[in-house]
Amino acid sequence: MHANDMAVETQGLTKIYGSGNTEVVAMRDVTFSVRNGEMVALLGPSGAGKSTLLTAIGLINPPTSGKVLINSHLVMDDSRAVVNLTEFRRNHIGFVFQKSNLIPFLSALENVQVALEINQWPAGKARRQALGLLDYLNMADRAANLPSMLSGGQQQRVAVARALANRPSLILADEPTAALDSERGRQVMELFRKVAREQKGAVIVVTHDHRALDVFDTVYEMEDGMIQKRERAAP
Amino acid sequence: MNLAVKDIRHNIGRFLLTGIGIGMLLMMVMGMLGIYRGLIQDATLLIDRIGADVWVVQYHTRGPFSEVSRVPRNLVDRVAAVPGVLNAREFVYHTIQREKDGRPLRMGVLGVSWPLDKGQWLPLVAGRPLMQAHFEMIADQKLGLAVGERLKLGKETYTVVGITRGMVTSGGDGLAAFSVKDAQAIQFDVPPEATRLERASRRARTSVSDIGASQPLILDRASGALAAIPAFGPPMLSAVIASLSPGVDPESVKKILSGWSDVSVFSRDDQRNLMLEGAVEMAKRQIGLFTALLTVISAIIMALILYTLTMEKVHSIALLKLIGARNRVILAMILQQALLLGTMGYGLAYVLGQQFFSKFPRRVILLREDLLLLALVVGVISVLSSLLGIWKALRVNPNEALTG
Repeated sequence: MHANDMAVETQGLTKIYGSGNTEVVAMRDVTFSVRNGEMVALLGPSGAGKSTLLTAIGLINPPTSGKVLINSHLVMDDSRAVVNLTEFRRNHIGFVFQKSNLIPFLSALENVQVALEINQWPAGKARRQALGLLDYLNMADRAANLPSMLSGGQQQRVAVARALANRPSLILADEPTAALDSERGRQVMELFRKVAREQKGAVIVVTHDHRALDVFDTVYEMEDGMIQKRERAAP
Repeated sequence: MNLAVKDIRHNIGRFLLTGIGIGMLLMMVMGMLGIYRGLIQDATLLIDRIGADVWVVQYHTRGPFSEVSRVPRNLVDRVAAVPGVLNAREFVYHTIQREKDGRPLRMGVLGVSWPLDKGQWLPLVAGRPLMQAHFEMIADQKLGLAVGERLKLGKETYTVVGITRGMVTSGGDGLAAFSVKDAQAIQFDVPPEATRLERASRRARTSVSDIGASQPLILDRASGALAAIPAFGPPMLSAVIASLSPGVDPESVKKILSGWSDVSVFSRDDQRNLMLEGAVEMAKRQIGLFTALLTVISAIIMALILYTLTMEKVHSIALLKLIGARNRVILAMILQQALLLGTMGYGLAYVLGQQFFSKFPRRVILLREDLLLLALVVGVISVLSSLLGIWKALRVNPNEALTG
């Protein structure tokens, strides 16, 4: 495996909340990596540290110690940001969350377009690109609808389109199917699979949904803040 | 993409209602400014319009608009003889309250120096100036009188021959112009019984004096009409006003007249300043303070509204931050909404004010410079009031998007 293939690497990530008697170790010495085009599932019970790991990789919640490298660039060194986090997030990371993650006063098209305009795309070009992405996700016919007029599955597809807008090398999804029925949940997972395969982006999904694990390349389990790769049975 | 406009469009009903509320508040601020200007204009209107360069009033008084001033009729001739004076005129001014059709009728009675002054300088909107020495009046439309209408004041009845617009006293009552003699007749009108009692009293006082006892004719004259007693002068005037010859410095004439120990002298500017610093000063300060208070309240209310609007968008703001929006994108959204709200409120205040202010009992004058100043203040208020929302928005952690 060549180092340049690595979309994400973490080295000894630890996150401690509070201090003294109230100290809680949410994440303990987590070291793992994800290749470009790889789709990874993070499993584990509530409070295992999955979301803490996801937000640390997403540069939202800095670790107490450890390193985060994205596309082989060191971005977090302990709790210190090595790059401009906002700018780095904008250019390299796409987020999808369980629900209510669209801006309610923007239409489906505008929710995707805004991510491009924030990245300095001209309005017209951003609009065409956003429409193209919605079309790619079979949502072009609902482009003018506000989020409140879309079903849960449709909202998630718009969120995926927005996450893909700036062609990030890494997509982070936190329980993206939690609010969906099993069929629509599977459709969303298939969508991530498609994105990872066609756009060569790394996808990390935190999920409780064991029914769709077959779409993932790698499955990690977390418990008490520690991570462990789950060995998969041969097909 | 303009996020501020998109958000407003999404919540258009609430935005409009909020804008209307702020508009009403700003209309009150605008109205107070207009009332303040109206008060000043009303107070100085007569002084500015009558065209007097110098006012000669009772010694140690501040003139007929500030307090009672009484000067003798012969002062007119003395002032007219001063070098540089083009003409000197009698001036009578007092306020009366009568009843008309069962309703109180308050008016400022202005006596003009007939025939030199026929009230031609008054802004007539109907009728004509005075054309005879007695029993005619020019009334302001605020008094609700019409040309040809007759009004009994004292023992005489006066016919309205002209109507003016905007001629009011500093108290906001309509002005009515009469000849000086008619104005004095209204001022000094006493009922017949009071006249009889006064004459009897005069006769009694005279009869106990030596000259009364020895000269029966004097006793008869003493109990007759006051105007028929040569020892008594004609009724007093409120002031004597003088116009100066072209090119004459009012200060030089004022200097001469100031040497007279029986009168006080004021230039037109002195009289204006006395009016503004005296009679209307307290009202001016009161309105000024109230306007300032309203402005501060408007700012606080706008700040609270914008803070609430921002709080409602915390999740969207967190989401924008999460997807990499720079702080200035979020700052611009809040600031633009504040300015739009301020602009809408101001526009509404202006439009509504134009409709309502003319119906106010006292004059509301919106000056261009005041409107520009208020627009600037609204702009500043909008920016300042958005600071609280901006402060909150900048503290929003992208993490909050995950709690959705």
